Amino acid sequence: MNLLTLTILLPLVGVLALALAPRENTKNIKLIALSSSVVTLISSLLMLTKYKFGVTGFQLVSSHNWFKVFNINYAVGIDGLALVLILLTTVLVPIVVVGGWNEAENGRWSVKTFYILILILETFMVAVFAATDVFLFYVIFEAMLIPVYFLIGGYGRGDRGAAALKFLLYSLFGGLLMLAAVIGIFVVSLRQGHASFDVTQLSHLKISHNTQNWLFLGFFIAFAIKAPLFPFHTWLPGAARSATPGTSILVLGVLDKVGTYGMIRFCLTLFPEATKTFAPYIIVLALISIIYGAFLAIGQKDLNSLIAFTSISHFGFIVLGIFALTSQGITGASLYMVNHGFSTAALFLVGGWMIERRKSTQVADFGGLQRITPVMAWTFFIAGLSALALPGLSSFVSEFLVLLGTFTRYPAAAVIGTLGIVLAALYILILVQRSLHGPLQAGNEDTPDLNLREKVAIAPVIAALVVLGFYPKPAIHTINPMTSQVLTQVQVSDPTPLAGK
Amino acid sequence: MLSTPALNYNLLAPILVVLGGALLGVLVEGFVARAYRARLQIIIALLTVATAFGWVISIRAAVSQTAAIDSVSTDAAGTFLQGTILALAFVALLFFTQNDHFAPQASALPGSTEEKEATLSGVQMTEIYPLVLFAISGMLLFPVAHDLITLFVALEVLSIPLYIITGLARRRRLLSQEAALKYFLLGAYSSAFFLFGGAFLYGFSGSLSLGTIRTAVSTPGSNHIFLYLGVIFVSVGLLFKVGAVPFHSWTPDVYQGAPTPVTGFMAACTKVAAFGAMFRIFIVAFGAIQSDWRPVFVAIAIVTMAGGAIAAISQRDVKRTLAYSSITHAGFLLAGVIALSQIGLTSMLFYLVAYGFATIGAFGIVTLVRDSTGEVNDLNRWAGLAKKSPFIATAFALFLLSFGGIPLTSGFIAKFSIFTAAYDSGNIAIVVVGVLSSAIALFFYLRVILIMFFKEPTDDTVTVAVPSVMVSVGIAICFVATLVLGVYPDLVFNLLRLPTLLVP
Repeated sequence: MNLLTLTILLPLVGVLALALAPRENTKNIKLIALSSSVVTLISSLLMLTKYKFGVTGFQLVSSHNWFKVFNINYAVGIDGLALVLILLTTVLVPIVVVGGWNEAENGRWSVKTFYILILILETFMVAVFAATDVFLFYVIFEAMLIPVYFLIGGYGRGDRGAAALKFLLYSLFGGLLMLAAVIGIFVVSLRQGHASFDVTQLSHLKISHNTQNWLFLGFFIAFAIKAPLFPFHTWLPGAARSATPGTSILVLGVLDKVGTYGMIRFCLTLFPEATKTFAPYIIVLALISIIYGAFLAIGQKDLNSLIAFTSISHFGFIVLGIFALTSQGITGASLYMVNHGFSTAALFLVGGWMIERRKSTQVADFGGLQRITPVMAWTFFIAGLSALALPGLSSFVSEFLVLLGTFTRYPAAAVIGTLGIVLAALYILILVQRSLHGPLQAGNEDTPDLNLREKVAIAPVIAALVVLGFYPKPAIHTINPMTSQVLTQVQVSDPTPLAGK
Repeated sequence: MLSTPALNYNLLAPILVVLGGALLGVLVEGFVARAYRARLQIIIALLTVATAFGWVISIRAAVSQTAAIDSVSTDAAGTFLQGTILALAFVALLFFTQNDHFAPQASALPGSTEEKEATLSGVQMTEIYPLVLFAISGMLLFPVAHDLITLFVALEVLSIPLYIITGLARRRRLLSQEAALKYFLLGAYSSAFFLFGGAFLYGFSGSLSLGTIRTAVSTPGSNHIFLYLGVIFVSVGLLFKVGAVPFHSWTPDVYQGAPTPVTGFMAACTKVAAFGAMFRIFIVAFGAIQSDWRPVFVAIAIVTMAGGAIAAISQRDVKRTLAYSSITHAGFLLAGVIALSQIGLTSMLFYLVAYGFATIGAFGIVTLVRDSTGEVNDLNRWAGLAKKSPFIATAFALFLLSFGGIPLTSGFIAKFSIFTAAYDSGNIAIVVVGVLSSAIALFFYLRVILIMFFKEPTDDTVTVAVPSVMVSVGIAICFVATLVLGVYPDLVFNLLRLPTLLVP
């Protein structure tokens, strides 16, 4: 079996094992889930040995007939972007399992159901990045919402049912618009004589300008809701407030990346003309996201919604990089997806532990933790620094690349975007100051520091932030062929820098 | 000298078998002691439907126009529709068996001492079963009928038993009888419209046969006023049966008032028969003037999709919610008729299968949620159902997700293929409105899931009855069909990959 398909299916083996395990022995269940996700991680790492770096096009491809009437195939393959995102997924899932060891205990349903949902979600997350058939992608894109719906609604906090419903309705609404566009592009291919859903074949279609615009919007709005881009972001804070930390990590760290991934994979390559038409408007939306998300983050009193709004700001950067249509921009945005995955994971993990200890989500309630729990405070601080893109941490590289790539085409946009970095410093430092420093809040005196399990969970994330910050070259090298291929497809080249300007 | 017409009994056998079973059921009512009737009737009904299904399979490759002197066409689409109706009817009948859904004595006035005595005796009317078989026989004939008189007869044979069994609910009998009366009156009007339209078409073409009407339609210079009047009135009759807006107003009341297993049967099987007939009439007889009727049908499809979805949002009763949802689905199915292409037909047939199984399964589950007085249809009282019975709640959620068109369920493939057909035929407006109505419709499907899964149980009197073996089998069939057709749709589409699905 193809190694990629194996990676997709391995979590399902874990699901099967979990289904057979008795529901009372929760420790056993967690161990099964953990080992299953670790095996999946190993399998995904093995793909690195088979993957030829520096080569364009999809690799590790496999294709099987699925639904013949419409020439739909189970077709998977990876390029550099898909590879790094799959690795992000397979790395984060075991971390989520270890880091959120006890988060399923207080759910509406059993611990067993929680991990079954997590592993099903992992299969979908790996498959969604691997799919090279637009229909298959769409199916997974929609189906993966269902486990998340139950994860938020069944194991979250507060008004979890409503948050889950809002999340699902927003996503499904976007998905339905995309369905119309998926059908549209299929019918175009049907009329041109080779009905297909294969993304490479579809990218060779000649689509009239008007049709391209509509189909582009169908895809783009779905991805913008998912990403989430202003003004489609309103579902995110509620979902982040209600979800467990683990679920939040998977939703913001991986699931939302499907939006920005889809913009590159589908919006840009399938509709190059429309991309160029809409790019300036999207740049504006991205800038609004950056500034708006940052301002709202500054004002948040709830830790989870604060992280959610910082993410809206960061997704603004990613979208900015993508639609600047320059090689630095797209490579930077792709790298940003990975880095944001890790830095959000760090924030939610440590934030989740703080909340678990303090039984409160209010930033103000954590005052003075620096002295009581130094390790926890420091890890949170590092995660925060990564979010504000401090040089030396991974986010800096990607944010710098994005702004550089944007500057060569839209200097004004890059300048406004830079403002986002300043605001980021503001919201992170205010957060750190309020939550970790200052006078000790009553009730925080006996807060325990991170235990061994938590340290084991956070260590790889911090390590990734630092390593990718100092040595991003392998990741950039992996992503670059994809970038050049996409730019060729869109038929744009990097603007030549003008001397003296 | 009058010669007897030559009938191809082999090709007509499925219909005749069901009619025979129905007559046998009537005899059972007359000659078998009351104590044995219920058991015997269900066995006869299931065996009859199974036999007919087997027969349909054996003639699936037959293509003929002359099974009954040009009145019945046999082709792949026709046998597929018949097979679908029989399969769905079989599953629907399984849900008739558990609990007491039917009035003990239909003639007893609601609230009378007579009724109380009958209720105390613990009996149910078993005439239900032969009536259902009669309705099935009409449904089997409707989509293969090739002339207007046969169509009308089939329409009546399928409708009249349904009018009766709608009024036979055991509880809330006034509601049930009101529904039956409403259904009957409106149904009678729509039949009259159909007949009226048929008369105009006869006046236009000089024939009742769909084939001859088609020849007349494509002959230039003929007087098209009669034709248009005919098309309009025939359409009204058919649109009434499928419950399309603005001929839908009976649907919520009838779905709510009828005994729930009957609702499931009616919602699924009537739609299959009526859409099958509609497609045949429009492609065979009116295909040449499609540019004339298509805009009207596009408008009807759009208001049906949107109207059903919007009206469903405010519903509090699970059966009414499902009724409005079925109106929305009628709108989606119309998209297949409008496409009037091979892909449109194929998609519509798949849609009918997918929708049918999910519908019967959903109504089957509604029969299980009960308190001491009978079924609980108030959605607010379904709160926390997942705690009371996780399996039943999961199955119901799956059917709802399929209605909503979530991938990996049959409903998604159905929606995808029918929208593709609509887009391919150039009706992008339908796709756009269809997608938006799906989004609205999702809201209430998801709300029901929310109520079942994310709300704490508030009402301890509401319980989920333990399903009997037959009901469990029924739910399992619907569940598996919904899932398998979502993952492997070729199972059905492969049956339909033929050069000619439908003989003109």
